[in-house]
Amino acid sequence: MRLRRRRRESNRLMPIKNQKDPGRGVFTRRALLFMAVQMGALGELAHKLYQLQIKDGDRYARMAASNRVSKRYLAPPRGRIVDRYGVALANNKENWRALLMPEETTDVTGTIERFSTIIPLDERDRTRIAREMRHQRRFIPVMLRDFLSWEEMARIELNAPSLPGVLIDVGTRRVYPEGELLAHLIGYVAPPNERDVARSALLALPGMRVGRAGVEQSQDEKLRGTAGSVEMEVNSVGRVMSELNRVEGVPGAEIGLTIDRGLQQKVLSRIGEQTASAVVMDCRNGEVLAMVSTPSFDPSLFDSGVSHAQWIEWTNNERTPLINKAVAGVYPPGSTFKPAVAMAGLQSGLFSPTDRVFCPGHLDVGGTRFHCWSRWGHGSVDLHQALKYSCDVYFYEMARRVGMDRIAETAHQFGLGTALDIELPHTRTGLIPTPTWRQSHHHHWNGGDTIVSGIGQGFVQVTPLQLATYTSRLATGRAVQPHLVRAMNGDIGPEATPEHWPDLGMPEKYLSALRGGMFAVVNEQHGTAPKARLSLPGITMAGKTGSAQVRRVSRALRESGHFNSANLPWEYRPHALFICFAPYDAPRYAVSVVIEHGNTGADAAAPLARDIMTDTLLRDPVNHLTPPPESVADAAAPEAETPAPDAPPADTPE
Amino acid sequence: MKFHKRLLRAEPSFRLLSKLWRISWLYVLLICTLAGVGYVTLYSAGGGTPYPFAAPQAARFAVGLVLMITVAMLPPKMLVRISGPLYVLSIILLVAVLRMGHVGKGAERWLMIGGLQIQPSEYAKVALVLVLASWFNRISYARMGNPLWLIPPAFLVLLPVVLVLKEPNLGTAVIIGGIGASMFFAAGMRLWLIALLLLPVPYLAKFAYAHLHDYQRARITTFLNPESDPLGAGYNIIQSKIALGSGGMWGQGYLHGSQGQLNFLPEKQTDFIFTMIAEEWGYVGAVTVIGLLLLLILGGMLMAIRSRNRFGRLVALGISMNFFLYCLVNLSMVMGAIPVGGVPLPLVSYGGSAMLNVMLGFGLLLSTWVHRDSRFGESDNQDTP
Repeated sequence: MRLRRRRRESNRLMPIKNQKDPGRGVFTRRALLFMAVQMGALGELAHKLYQLQIKDGDRYARMAASNRVSKRYLAPPRGRIVDRYGVALANNKENWRALLMPEETTDVTGTIERFSTIIPLDERDRTRIAREMRHQRRFIPVMLRDFLSWEEMARIELNAPSLPGVLIDVGTRRVYPEGELLAHLIGYVAPPNERDVARSALLALPGMRVGRAGVEQSQDEKLRGTAGSVEMEVNSVGRVMSELNRVEGVPGAEIGLTIDRGLQQKVLSRIGEQTASAVVMDCRNGEVLAMVSTPSFDPSLFDSGVSHAQWIEWTNNERTPLINKAVAGVYPPGSTFKPAVAMAGLQSGLFSPTDRVFCPGHLDVGGTRFHCWSRWGHGSVDLHQALKYSCDVYFYEMARRVGMDRIAETAHQFGLGTALDIELPHTRTGLIPTPTWRQSHHHHWNGGDTIVSGIGQGFVQVTPLQLATYTSRLATGRAVQPHLVRAMNGDIGPEATPEHWPDLGMPEKYLSALRGGMFAVVNEQHGTAPKARLSLPGITMAGKTGSAQVRRVSRALRESGHFNSANLPWEYRPHALFICFAPYDAPRYAVSVVIEHGNTGADAAAPLARDIMTDTLLRDPVNHLTPPPESVADAAAPEAETPAPDAPPADTPE
Repeated sequence: MKFHKRLLRAEPSFRLLSKLWRISWLYVLLICTLAGVGYVTLYSAGGGTPYPFAAPQAARFAVGLVLMITVAMLPPKMLVRISGPLYVLSIILLVAVLRMGHVGKGAERWLMIGGLQIQPSEYAKVALVLVLASWFNRISYARMGNPLWLIPPAFLVLLPVVLVLKEPNLGTAVIIGGIGASMFFAAGMRLWLIALLLLPVPYLAKFAYAHLHDYQRARITTFLNPESDPLGAGYNIIQSKIALGSGGMWGQGYLHGSQGQLNFLPEKQTDFIFTMIAEEWGYVGAVTVIGLLLLLILGGMLMAIRSRNRFGRLVALGISMNFFLYCLVNLSMVMGAIPVGGVPLPLVSYGGSAMLNVMLGFGLLLSTWVHRDSRFGESDNQDTP
């Protein structure tokens, strides 16, 4: 009975009103209130969850995807640069670097300190590391040191336990196996600056380099390639979990140059210690076979960054090692300009090749006396003789009668004072002065200015490459353009023949008269450059000397009779120039040589040009698909009486 | 026919069996289900392996289950007897943790005792429930009319609240205060007194804000505008919301929640485990879990109402309120509805101390259920002021 009552009572779960036990009633009511609150609160949370998950779900799902997918670009390998025979001139080499993952070490500065006891870090490294640490996020590695040797890598690996977060990684560095030999031509690469990165996001990739000079700069876009990309799933700290999608990049194109590395080497050794520039060109198709400028520099220094001291040394050097004198050095052409003046005179109709001018050793115009280089004069000379003796008075007279505008026009046709289509940056155009140009600078053009321009002095300024181009055009009568790039990825385009270039419109008889004069310079008795005569059987060369004064010679000094420019300090001596082409009867190669302060073209530049031309003819790069064996090339010294046995006659083009 | 009942009464050992029989095994099943959800989720948080989270957690749950059943057998008289010493012990631990505790992530503090991490604030909650229930057990509803009877228990509440605030662990202090307040209310505190006490609350709140720690204020400001500091203080909330949102209705699939698997979710195995559930199982899974939690809470409340003794009622209510506040704070936190504080989701989150405390609480709750019909302590109807 008692048991049953208890059971009934206990079944009454909610005694809301209980007179006997008011406290229980209050408790029950208030507990029910709590339950309502609890249901309401969790219900409200479920409602809030509905908003987050369903109503705003799309937005958050998008945010989740962007959280998770990280697109990274793959740096394409930079294209190689090779010479005409495929010899590597610029290459990529593995570069072992030590990186620090800041997020993987608890004590960044301590780790760097310990690292520096193993691999010394200099002040430049430290400031760079500090800068990168400030700017980069913790999961992007900071480069501690690159260009590690095997021995240094072994030391790092050995000490790995005390270097948390330090890892070794391989990148590429640009190497120039030929170093100084082609520094001006190939140029160099350097890490991109902020402006570069703003133009192309590709350059933000670690290890990317930008061409800063030479072919590296002019062909930068082709050499660079296109970046691949890889989409990766990353976690919250940016670590890669898996690869989602990969697009391979296109490596940079391999650029084949027209240069013959072996010839380039020969030309450089011929020049030796002189401050000079020489260009060897195929005068039929415009291929530049060698282009040397001395002194040179080591281009690999730029990849890791040039020291301040080194930079100061280069920029203060009066021999300007950083400047490619072949395209950026401007010199008065001196007497090498005379064939251009002659062509202007012949085309004007005022002169014929047989017209004679009497040279008493000077020409007086308007109270000013213009001296011929020969104090005693050349007597009565025609065009042939004037070129052969390089008679100044003849060309003074010609320039005076023809006028500067005609001379400038012809000079421009020859490529002098014009921008040539060469694949090199930082070229200079030089200048062929005209009265209009002079007046535009608010100066008066004097008659004397025209007269000194007739012998390539005064304001006239040209580059060695322009001189080589000019020589090529003289030899072929066509507007040959010099170029350096021959092939892309080994694919040589249709080879240019002389017919590829537009005709200059100069009568052949005039051109052959000039060529004949230049032949006489080298090969006839009393020519100015007998030293340029080739010692190769059956091949002759035509050329023209030039000596360009860099300082006016005062009358008193000249008339004292003791004037000898060889006694002047180096920087006041005239530049020595020589232009030539060979073989005379079927021109194939053109060479221009400028020796800074070399004194006279006949004594300094002509023998050098002869040696370069001899080397060129012996190697005959345009008719060979492979370079001659080095031993043969070496054996065929310029003094050798016979050419190398495997060299076919150089006068058979193609 | 009544053989088994006679058997049960014959010997004390059979009384134990009888008590076991009285345990609400349905409720235990509910607890196991929720712990199962925890195991499954921790398996995913561990990257699809039982280690490092799921297996240890299962072991702890097994220990906790034994503890719960054991505690459920304790008679209320014994609970009242040990409530005082337990409370004193918990206060000693709270002081000890302030003196020599380990600090984690700026707030949670724990003690290392015999290789075990102990969070004294967790034990303090259970001890407080017991000691308050013991106190109010002796104060009948009629005597509750006199505010003087409420002053000692008020100190019993304030002492741990102040100590926990000093840790400083705002979330737990709020929960302790909430438990205390709810027990005062349920015990029959008069409404006029409540109204009188609530009057100065706005001023107190202002005062409290001025004395909050910088990181606590940062939590409040980032809570108000989480996008203001997406990689700093607001990071947790934003990533949590992203994970919730990317779950959608049906979820990204078990073991495939991108936010959780890729570690964008901070503390995914502890505080933010609910986010993982919502991301992988979607709204459906999340609401199911909320439903399970609500069932546990309401079940506990029903047990409180059903109890025939004042002590049992108050213990059951206190434990249920503790569980409820736990869930409320954690869920609101991961949804960005309140500032972030280190409060795990009971039964589901990874963590030994929290698991054992929750199971201890459920043990007490089941004890009140087992002894629901015992007449014990000051019965209200027998009370004479």
